[in-house]
Parts: sequence; structure tokens; C-alpha cells
Amino acid sequence: MSDIKVKTAPVLGVDGRSAGHLLEVDNLHVEFRTRDGIAKVINGVSYHVDAGETLAVLGESGSGKSVTAQTIMGILDTPPGFVTDGAIRFRGKDLLTMGKDERRLVRGEGIAMVFQDALSALNPVFTVGFQIAELFRKRRGMSRADGYKRAAELLDLVKIPAASARLRDYPHQFSGGMRQRVMIAMALALDPEVLIADEPTTALDVTVQAQIMDLLAEIRRDRNMGMILITHDLGVVADVADRIAVMYAGRIVEQADVHALYGKPCHPYTLALLDSLPRLDLKGQELNTIKGLPPNLLRIPSGCAFHPRCTMARDICLTQRPALVELGGVRSSACHFAEELYGRE
Amino acid sequence: MGRYALRRLLQAIPVFIGTTFLIWFLVWGLPGDPFAGRCGEKACPPAYVNYMTEKFGLNDPLPLQYLNYLKNLATGNFGQTFNGLEIGDLLAQAFPISMKLAVVAVLAEALIGITAGVLTGLRRGSFLDNLVLVSTLVLIAVPIFVIGIVARYAFGLASVSPEAPWTELIIPGLILGSGSLAYITRLTRVNIVENRRADYVRTAVAKGLAPGRVTGVHLLRNSMIPVVTWLGLDLGALMGGAIVTEGIFNIRGIGGLLFGAIARRESGIVVSIVAILVLVYLIVNLLVDLLYGVLDPRIRYE
Repeated sequence: MSDIKVKTAPVLGVDGRSAGHLLEVDNLHVEFRTRDGIAKVINGVSYHVDAGETLAVLGESGSGKSVTAQTIMGILDTPPGFVTDGAIRFRGKDLLTMGKDERRLVRGEGIAMVFQDALSALNPVFTVGFQIAELFRKRRGMSRADGYKRAAELLDLVKIPAASARLRDYPHQFSGGMRQRVMIAMALALDPEVLIADEPTTALDVTVQAQIMDLLAEIRRDRNMGMILITHDLGVVADVADRIAVMYAGRIVEQADVHALYGKPCHPYTLALLDSLPRLDLKGQELNTIKGLPPNLLRIPSGCAFHPRCTMARDICLTQRPALVELGGVRSSACHFAEELYGRE
Repeated sequence: MGRYALRRLLQAIPVFIGTTFLIWFLVWGLPGDPFAGRCGEKACPPAYVNYMTEKFGLNDPLPLQYLNYLKNLATGNFGQTFNGLEIGDLLAQAFPISMKLAVVAVLAEALIGITAGVLTGLRRGSFLDNLVLVSTLVLIAVPIFVIGIVARYAFGLASVSPEAPWTELIIPGLILGSGSLAYITRLTRVNIVENRRADYVRTAVAKGLAPGRVTGVHLLRNSMIPVVTWLGLDLGALMGGAIVTEGIFNIRGIGGLLFGAIARRESGIVVSIVAILVLVYLIVNLLVDLLYGVLDPRIRYE
């Protein structure tokens, strides 16, 4: 595994010392206070992303991957969602404790987000030109004409044909793939340092998915952005990501370099996920699935949350929650048998 | 959109003819003596009855009478009242006053209703929300003549001057619009509550736009679609005059004219007013339908 580049671009703080990573989520806890009780949605998530790097966050629905992203953006619905502990540092400053206005200015300019369903995420009653130009007008103080000119350039950048003519179109007049490109153009408008893409291709058909992922990867490379790619699609991740964090029941259960993770998963959940991928050589056979259902977040299982569905589960898994332990420096896994899995051939 | 508007206008023609015929027939064609009781205690002299019957063409067959009426209407001739006043003049005096009153009412509905609706929609469950909720219930539940008479004494406003200047119409307009105002408030609130968690609102926040812009542009614009439609229809309905409100404040509008005409069996006035109201309502309906497409670009006309 010597060919793996670990990309780190330290960000300098005011005093010239390294202030850590570009964006760093540190021991984040979020709970949803619902009528039925408190759902612990995020239970101590830590990850980071640096400039020019893509971190993929992988997990089933309800694993907390999107809620983490919403908390970073500050668009968590409160109530029911509340941050109970942790910090989110962007360029060394904690977003959770900074003032409202200061945090607002980070949105779009520091960290921007591409949403899953562009049809509902774009405002149906305004033209896409208006919605993109709005950023330049309100955040950069540009005139209407200049804003629209820049919007056209952005649509061109995301390879929408006849860009300037399409400024006057409404979101519903675009195809699914083109709409997602509009969404990406809008996120790029203020030249953000970190782009969060929350399942950007889930609503699209397969051929378009690949185009959108290529576009994102290209833009990430050109602009040296940090990217957090949230997905449940293992196929999407492999080509694009540098590192992967696998989430389960509001925790990161395994974090590793993409090649390492695919080559030798060190958590039974990751193992099971990879096992359930359709494979050509097993054509005609029944697809492997992970038995059982994702845990109810109102009643997370004791010990290791994955134990009811785990094929390796022993007595210790019912009572003790495994800590995220480092394996060989660059990767970590939260399993009682992590060393065992790591040591296997 | 142009073809759609044209088609709707063509459709309006049979609707207009049908409704005016119905009302014309109900007023003129039904059995009864139009001149009974017009000459005090005594029966009217035959000479008068003959003269009037001849003047209003009451001996002609019914369809011919109706066609004559339509023909006159098309040339802007509304005919005369039984005592020889030009109906067109009466309408020309009364309509502007009712229109002013309707505009005041709709403006009040829009300004107060939408503001209250947005504020309560954003702070659901707050003290303000509950206060407004109770107030709107009261406004909807209490009949307009009660509110009107109470307001008349409370503000010492016995009657509006004959020319009905705007300033004197503010309170009557508020009273007239009070029921709809309550409804607009609720409608706005419901839409704000429903839309404020919409994905596009979240996107607007994620773009780092100021809270005022997120609410005032992105949230409000989408929440206004049903509200504006309702306001438009209400304006059309209120143009028909307000019999109760105009009565309470002695406003000489269409409502009072119509009420008096019915009481005095002035058939010509009744039919003319209704014909105009049908026309106004058809046009307002068409405009509101077209407005839908402007407010929500997803709506296609075909």
C-alpha cells in the first residue's frame, strides 16, 4: 500500500502555526427530540477534509450522514434537531459557536452544498438565472446584468448547452441531469473551499450519474476544493473518493483510504456492504444482503449497534461498545475484532 | 396564453347570455302586474298602464323583449326606470363608489392579512399565533352587521358623505373586508408553515442569503400563489357592492341601489346591475386564471 498518497494541506492559523484541517468535524453529537422520545442521530462523529481532497461518507439511510452535513451547513431543522456536543471547525474556527451573521457568510463562500433532489431544492417559481445571479447580487453586490453574466459563465462551466439562453428557464424546464448541473453551478458561484455533495446522483439515471460524478471530480481538481461526498452507493465512491468514512447508527465505524477499504475492509459492516454489491461473476445467483434492518435510533442496540445484524457477533458485542481504533496509522475501525480483520490475509 | 385567453373570452359569451336571460326572465317574464301599487292607494288609471306597457314593450312576445333588451345593452343603453330616470346615470354614480370600497377592503385584507399570516406562520404556537387565531375566529364567526354597527358607534361614524372620499371609506372598507381578512390570514399562515421547511427554502439558507431575503423572496413568493388568487376573486365579488356595509354607513354604492331597486320593484335596474356583475365576475375570473400562470410558471395553458 505504498502507492497511496495521503494528501494533507495544512491550513495556517493567524499565528502561523498549523491550525489543523480545512474542515474538521470533532466529536459531533446531534439528537432529534421527537414526540416518541429522543433519537440519537449523531453520536460522536469526527472527520475532516482538506483542500483538494474528496472524503466519501458512506452509509444506509438513517446512518446520520446527511444530518452531519446539514449540521455543518447550519441548515439542521431545529426543532427537532439539536446539537448536544462537539465542534465543527472551518479554518480553525468553530462554526457552532460563531455569531449568526459570521456563520451565514461562511455558507456559499466557505462551504457550499449540492442537494440530492435538484427539482425540489431549486425554487420552482424563479428562473435559474435569477437563482444563480442572486448570489452575486446579494453576496458580491454586483448589478443585475453582471450577476446574470456570471450566472451564464457558470452554466457554461457545468457544460449546459446554450447557457445564456437557458438563464430564463425555470427549473422544471430542465432534464434531471441538467437540473443537477444547475445545482452544482449554484454551489460553485462564490468559489467555495469545501463542497458538500449530498447524494448528488441518487435521483438520476445511471448514465447521467456517471457524467455528474465526472463533472464534480473535474471541478474539484481544477479548483483544489475539499469535497465531502455523501452517498450510499459504493460504486460511485470508488472512482472519485480519496478517503472513505463508513457510518452506522450515527457513528463512524470505519475510516480508511479508498484502496485500503475496498482491498481489505476491517469492519464487518463494510465487509457486508461490499459483499452485497452485484458482481458479474456471480450472475444468476441471489444477491447477498445484510440481514435485518437499520437500527431504530430511538432504541439503539446496546454495545456495538451493529451486533444484531453482524455475522461475527459474540457476547462482548452485546455489552461493550467498540472504540474507533487506529490500524496501521491511516485507517481506523470500530470493531472488537478489528485487529483480527486487519491481520488477515 | 393568448389563445387560451381568447378561448375563455369566447366561452364567456354564452355564459353571459345565459345568466342575463335567466335574471331577465325572473324579473320581467314572471306573472304579476309591474304597475300594481304604483299609484298610491288607488289602482293606476288605464291610460297610465297603457302608456307604460307601450313604453316598455310589455305586449311583445318574451323572446323579442329580451332581444330588444340585449340590443339596447350592446349600445350602452340601459333604459329608464319607471319614473323616467336614466339607469345608466344611476349606475355611473354608484359603481365608482362601490369600486373604491372594494379596493379599500382588498388592500386591507392583503396588507393586514398577509402580514399577520407570515408572522404567525413563522412563529407557530407562539402567543401572537394564538392571539391571531382567536381574533380570526371571532371575525369569521361574528356577522358583519354586528361588527359594522359596533364600529359605527365606536368610531362615531354615522354616514359617509355622498362623494365617498377615500379617507371616509377606510373604516367601512375594513369592516367589509374583515371576514376575508381573517381568511387570508389563515390561508397565508398555512402556506408559510407548509413551505418554510421546503427544500428550496433550505437551499436559500445554504446559499448564505440574509434571513429577510429567504423569507421575503423565496418563502413568500411560493406561499402567495393561493392567497393572491383568493384576493383577486374577492375583489370581483366585492365590486358587486355590499348591501349590509353600504346600508350601515349610508354609502351610495351598487349594493344600496340594488337593494332599493328590489324593494321598489325597479326591474330595469335589477337586471342591469346583475348583467354588469356577471360581466365583472367573468372578467375577474379570467384574469385570476391568467395570473395563476404568472405566479406559478409550472402551470401551462392548453
